[in-house]
Amino acid sequence: MQNKSCDVVIVGAGPAGSIAARDIAKAGFDVLVVERKQEIGPPKRCAEGINVRGLLNVGVKPDPRWAAKGIYGAVIYFPNGKSLKIDQRKVPDDVMDAIYSGEKKPALEPATGYVLERKIFEKHLAADAIRAGARYMVKTCALDVIKDGGKIAGITAEQMGEKFEIRSKIVVAADGVDSRIAKSAGINTTNKLSDYHSGFQYEMAGLNIDPDVLHIFFGNSLAPKGYVWIFPKGQDVANVGIGILGSMSEDGKRAKDYLDKFIESRPEVFKNASAIEMNAGGVPVSSSIETFVADNFMIIGDAAQLVNPIHGGGIAIAMNSGALCAKAAVEALKENDTSREKLYAYEKKWRETDGVKMKKLLKLRAFLEKLTDEDMNKAADIVSGEDITKLTDGNYRFLFKTLLTKAPSLLSLAKKFLS
Amino acid sequence: MVKIPKINKDRCCYCGGCVGVCPQNAMDLRETEIRISENCTRCGVCVKFCPAGALEKDAK
Repeated sequence: MQNKSCDVVIVGAGPAGSIAARDIAKAGFDVLVVERKQEIGPPKRCAEGINVRGLLNVGVKPDPRWAAKGIYGAVIYFPNGKSLKIDQRKVPDDVMDAIYSGEKKPALEPATGYVLERKIFEKHLAADAIRAGARYMVKTCALDVIKDGGKIAGITAEQMGEKFEIRSKIVVAADGVDSRIAKSAGINTTNKLSDYHSGFQYEMAGLNIDPDVLHIFFGNSLAPKGYVWIFPKGQDVANVGIGILGSMSEDGKRAKDYLDKFIESRPEVFKNASAIEMNAGGVPVSSSIETFVADNFMIIGDAAQLVNPIHGGGIAIAMNSGALCAKAAVEALKENDTSREKLYAYEKKWRETDGVKMKKLLKLRAFLEKLTDEDMNKAADIVSGEDITKLTDGNYRFLFKTLLTKAPSLLSLAKKFLS
Repeated sequence: MVKIPKINKDRCCYCGGCVGVCPQNAMDLRETEIRISENCTRCGVCVKFCPAGALEKDAK
């Protein structure tokens, strides 16, 4: 294998890496993406749900080739069996305009959210980046960063047993929860058990569910400091999964154990269902690592722990981080200055936008983790579906007033974590 | 010498979750194989975390 050189080498061809690759290539710079696996996409470590805005935000229109199912709301189930419906049937006008503008018309019904077929979605994003001028290499593992006079100057990589060098002005770490390249650059991306969900999932067929909404189940005996989800991918097909806080995981009480118990306890849903796929995964819920840029180096997506700390969704946040990273990288390359100060434009922008919301959600997560089943049941009586939407957006000021009048026993807990 | 922890390949779903939580950066996922380096201190964090119970701390 010959040594290579490029302006930017991106480690990892997930949603974050491919959006960054697309945008940097579009600006005319030479991008090389290396993907460790022999196939971009599988195995998924994800429930595959995304809000339509998360796609449109990075210029991707929903496409029936990879958007498996339109989603029109959610149902939240509380420990005592009560449920709360979040209705998102109405697709906002600006979303309709964005979907139907331009030449390419979507051949699927507009929706407020989608459950994706990620193994196809990720290849689609990679193909888009390649059309924009990026180059890709699969089954290629990044081994270490190369340093010239103490400064990062590329990576060493290996493809099918052959080692080679890729010299670049910028290295982008987009290598997911199991990121190693950032660590080799001296940035700590290690997840802590207290900020990392242990996830397990079956994709199942033959389910008896409402396929138009996401189903979310809470309860400490069901999923300690986490939740169970059913994300429909078709009439009777769905991702059925669980996330529990890593520190709660132990022998006999692992994510898989809890999920199997859940499935067994609900024959009305699962009696005729079978798994067609099995997935596991770690989900960072810290809201972000300390810093995600260094001289000639940037970290995006799961590798920077950029995941919504409340619901564990990360596709939209990852793609947005890829787009912000590309913008800063392009500016830096144009000015031939890829120092930390210059690349920090990416982190600054992120901290002023997504970061503000994520900080609030982290506080909310700390509050929710303290709730007993009884507290959660009480919540079912005092909050509305709209309130829950607000909470997941990081708006919880209203909660104090609600608790003051309807559940004063929770007020001090809320003040402790949310003030 | 057998590397510690021991990986039960029949249970592993090769998600790499353990790699992301290893405080020693001693683990690596290559396709369907978890590799553990000499840096492993047997702290057991990966064993506790594994969603599928594919890691055993006290391998003989």
